[in-house]
Amino acid sequence: MVDTNELLSLDELEAAGNIRTGRKHVLSILVENKPGVLTRVSGLFTRRGFNIETLSVGPTDDERISRITLTLDGAAHPIDQVVKQLHKLVNVLKIKDLEPTETVARELALFKVSVDGQTRSEVRELAEVFRGKVVDVGRRSIIVEVTGERSKIEAFERLVRPYGLVEMIRTGEVAIARGREET
Amino acid sequence: MRAVDALMKCLKAEGVDVVFGYPGGANLPTYDAFVDAGIHHVLVRHEAGGGHAAEGYAKATGKVGVAFGTSGPGATNLVTPIMDAMMDSVPVVFFTGQVRTELLGTDGFQEADTIGITMPAVKHSFLITDPRELPRVIHEAFHVARTGRPGPVVIDLPMDLSKADIPYEPVTDVHLPGYQPRTTGNAKQIKQAARALASARRPVIYAGGGIVAAEAADELRALVRAGGFPVTCTLMGLGAYPAPDELWLGMLGMHGTRAANYAMDEADLICAVGARFDDRITGKLSEFAPRAKFIHIDVDPAEISKNVPAHIPIVGDAKQILGRLAEEYRGLDADHDRLDAWWQRIHAWQQRHPLHYEPGDGHEIKPQRVIQAIHEVTAGEAIVCSDVGQHQMWAAQYYDFPAPRRWINSGGLGTMGFGLPAAIGAQLGDPERTTVVVTGDGSIQMNIQELATIKQENLPIKVICLNNGYLGMVRQWQELFWQERYSQVDTNTFGGEEASPDFVKLADAYGIRGVRLTDAATLEADLRAVIEADGPAFVDVRVTRDEKVYPMIAPGEAARDMVG
Repeated sequence: MVDTNELLSLDELEAAGNIRTGRKHVLSILVENKPGVLTRVSGLFTRRGFNIETLSVGPTDDERISRITLTLDGAAHPIDQVVKQLHKLVNVLKIKDLEPTETVARELALFKVSVDGQTRSEVRELAEVFRGKVVDVGRRSIIVEVTGERSKIEAFERLVRPYGLVEMIRTGEVAIARGREET
Repeated sequence: MRAVDALMKCLKAEGVDVVFGYPGGANLPTYDAFVDAGIHHVLVRHEAGGGHAAEGYAKATGKVGVAFGTSGPGATNLVTPIMDAMMDSVPVVFFTGQVRTELLGTDGFQEADTIGITMPAVKHSFLITDPRELPRVIHEAFHVARTGRPGPVVIDLPMDLSKADIPYEPVTDVHLPGYQPRTTGNAKQIKQAARALASARRPVIYAGGGIVAAEAADELRALVRAGGFPVTCTLMGLGAYPAPDELWLGMLGMHGTRAANYAMDEADLICAVGARFDDRITGKLSEFAPRAKFIHIDVDPAEISKNVPAHIPIVGDAKQILGRLAEEYRGLDADHDRLDAWWQRIHAWQQRHPLHYEPGDGHEIKPQRVIQAIHEVTAGEAIVCSDVGQHQMWAAQYYDFPAPRRWINSGGLGTMGFGLPAAIGAQLGDPERTTVVVTGDGSIQMNIQELATIKQENLPIKVICLNNGYLGMVRQWQELFWQERYSQVDTNTFGGEEASPDFVKLADAYGIRGVRLTDAATLEADLRAVIEADGPAFVDVRVTRDEKVYPMIAPGEAARDMVG
């Protein structure tokens, strides 16, 4: 007979996994720097129906390894499933789901805004408030570079849109963990 | 030496004794190397046949299958077997030829982006860019294909690099920092699972193809018998538990037994091992096993909680985990009587709803009876390779598989045309065992050219075609769910002057003995005569035309609402 202490009430068991967190997730992924690796990662997302919000790729201090930083909506996807699928790719070395409070995330955006003699200085002032840089000035347009978290970039976009936003280009977020530990 | 000669050395080092393939322009160097390699190369008649043959070999032996094709169309013809191997977790290494590196990306003759085309269908793939990498890559490919959750690996080899001179040194280790499959299950989780099993009053063991891949049938049997648990297998898992048996509920899922599906429906604890809660198992997901908690054991962490959230997940090798789990369970000394009421309920289902079919009138041959006759003639000991359709389900239902690696079919992808070439691989992998293809008049014509391969290799494969002159499964769905609006399902292969092809003549043209069976009265004797004769044979069995596969979970319905 089973000792009553050994018995387990099945009712108490909780299901794990497949949970939608409802927040934005930043995944920092170290991959082997080999041809086709980005295709494997992006192909996996398409195939499994995961929607990438932003994605950026760059070298690391080790030339054999690249870093992919991507942001995903945790309301739309079970992040643990995304991470487990990514881990199945042989070229993926390490994945970190960065804690928002423990992470510094930055994105760079270039805004081309149409201006005339009067509005040019207004846009320049806005850029200053956002610690943006005016990187090009023409007779009918001005290019502003803004760096920051996504909310800051989006706030700047809202402000300059009424002037006539000709073009905007964003890099997608890159992120690094705070403190001494490696990302 | 040439890279292709090193390739042959690597294959031998991996213990490869037979490969399947088709030569062409871009893999001429490889085929030149085969001349002196001393490896049995089976010349198939279509690259897909080679790919499926390699799968059949892998499924029958547990070893890595190997298939070769040239660039372009050779590679695209391999896409179906690659995807098939992916869906059913079959370890196969595919070698594709590629155009010369200087032509890559220029739309050269017979150029296709093989790596790109196959990317969503492979466990991993390699494009060779430096011929010196080839030996290491081959061993890495075999390692990835066979370990963890097995699967297909593609090696794409440009022609110029395959001819290049390289220094060859045997590779004794592989180094894949991003690939470390977990093999040992978490001890605490295993303990927890044992306690859950000991506490359950309505448990079911749900075993899948992972048991076969992990060679864990003995451990599964030990656990099931230790607890007196009801056990059911998926289509891919048939043979993982020896059938028939008093603890065996039969297959579960869309065409599984009522006892198995009802038991899942009413279970309080389901222990899934090497299974992935496919839609053909669960039916309507929201109504699947509504009262159950789930133990999920799988070597692939991504399978756990993918479709059904697990309460006790255990990642690792099923053989190791089941062994430990049985031991832990025995240690708990649980009370067997607690399952009495559960077994009474199951026995009632079994008695009320056995698998059954209406016997035919007079000489009419019922397809289910053909499967039973094959079982009888082969004493249940054959390897049965199946195609896809009604005949596949009848074979799964009516041939009780006593051991793993006897039932070889395309479960996940459902590839028509799989059975005949798979049998070539299976027969070569297990030469002494009677190998039977159960097929239909639709499926067989998708790779019928492989009869020539069977003849050339002189393999004693018996092809048994359940000919009802219909694409029967599609017809069944049109009858049941599309108001009998039959659309493009009559294959015109059944009787009459105009029947085409005449399978007996066709077999004869290939130099294979063809037999037509139309009389139920002599069915067993006729089949025995064919199966026990030497050499290959093709049997065209004229079966009841409109027979349906029952029971059935209708698409999108719950298991408890099975029909038929």
